[in-house]
Amino acid sequence: MAGLSTDKVLQVELVAADRLVWSGQATMVIARTTEGDVGILPNHAPLLSSIIEGVVDVQTAEGETWVAAVDAGFISVADNRVSILSERAEMSHEIDLEKARQDLERAKEAGENDDAAQEAVRRAEARIRAVERAS
Amino acid sequence: MALSVREYRARIKSTESMKKITRAMELIAASRIIKAQQRAQAAAPYARELTRAVSAVATFSNVDHALTTEPEDPKKAAILIVTSDRGLAGAYSSSVIKEAERLVEKLKGEGKEVDLYTSGRKGEAYFKFRQRAVVQAWTGFSDQPTYDVAADIGATLIAAFLADGEDSDSDVRDVDEVHVVYTRFRSMLSQEPTAVRLLPLEVVEGTEAPDKADLLPLYEFEPSPSEVLDSLLPRYVQSRIFFALLQAAASELAARQKAMKSATDNADELIKKYKRIANQARQAGITQEISEIVGGVNALADAQAGSE
Repeated sequence: MAGLSTDKVLQVELVAADRLVWSGQATMVIARTTEGDVGILPNHAPLLSSIIEGVVDVQTAEGETWVAAVDAGFISVADNRVSILSERAEMSHEIDLEKARQDLERAKEAGENDDAAQEAVRRAEARIRAVERAS
Repeated sequence: MALSVREYRARIKSTESMKKITRAMELIAASRIIKAQQRAQAAAPYARELTRAVSAVATFSNVDHALTTEPEDPKKAAILIVTSDRGLAGAYSSSVIKEAERLVEKLKGEGKEVDLYTSGRKGEAYFKFRQRAVVQAWTGFSDQPTYDVAADIGATLIAAFLADGEDSDSDVRDVDEVHVVYTRFRSMLSQEPTAVRLLPLEVVEGTEAPDKADLLPLYEFEPSPSEVLDSLLPRYVQSRIFFALLQAAASELAARQKAMKSATDNADELIKKYKRIANQARQAGITQEISEIVGGVNALADAQAGSE
């Protein structure tokens, strides 16, 4: 039955400002909101929340897991549709680990007090974490 | 025949090389336009989801936000004019500037002061030449804008909009509304300059009431509706600006392709015309030479006949 199958999976879209990064079916999504990590399973209550720089984990309907690094943005859940919006989002296999490490070094050197610098640090850390978790 | 054949040949040659250049530019614009359209399409899901989220928050919470409230008695407006960095795009930049000037007149008629912000070198040059102040200009990306640029422009305009009038010593200029003038890409053949008001935001996009199936679910907001809205709305504004920049980029390339196509066609015409005149001059030269030879032979024959 078609209705039953859509009840059991989430339709996930990971969207960056300039492109659709990934879309497909998944059984579970984990993202980091301002309040902490949320895990979303099928039939989750409608939710709209801000997310911060971090890692998004998705278990696809085929049983695979992929990881993406995202910037601050939103997650919205309704009717088993999950959209994750972020100005920048990268799948773990798209991330250049060396470059991310260099970015982290540079961001750390730039100063800890600055808001922008801290954001850059968090962003670089998220990218490194995404790669490490995927491998 | 005022000019010699040689000079016409030189003109034909220079027109031909000009034609090669315009033809190359036409092809480049044509190939980039596809990319620009793809970029615009790729950005559509983000804008769509963001619009959905914004209307969800706006529907389920009665939060007033600084970005959506109409200021009483607006006195100052900001206009962002999206032009191109490079010329040779026909009337592209001038028509968007013309549209902007109309808007400036209209706003001045309503008793508002106008602050100008430009994107693209052509707009900046236009106002500089006329010695009119531009508050800020962004350049160097008009044919392939990135989201970062849109975010930067958005942050500046939002800061100007949110700035408080009393706080006069800060660098941020205080405005009560923000308009954007850009060229909307309708099709390859038609692009039209459009002026829209960006701030204060009017969240309700469509005019028709949503039907039952479109009714939005009852969201839980985390941490709270107002905080979600706080981070949502600036992004919404930035995505609108990004949309305008992408449309403008596609329009610019389409305008350039069209302008370069007609330049190539004109070069073809010119070459044809010059070739005709050159051939005429060549034939005239030959005719003259023949008649000179014939005349010479006749003169010689006459002289010989006379001497015998």
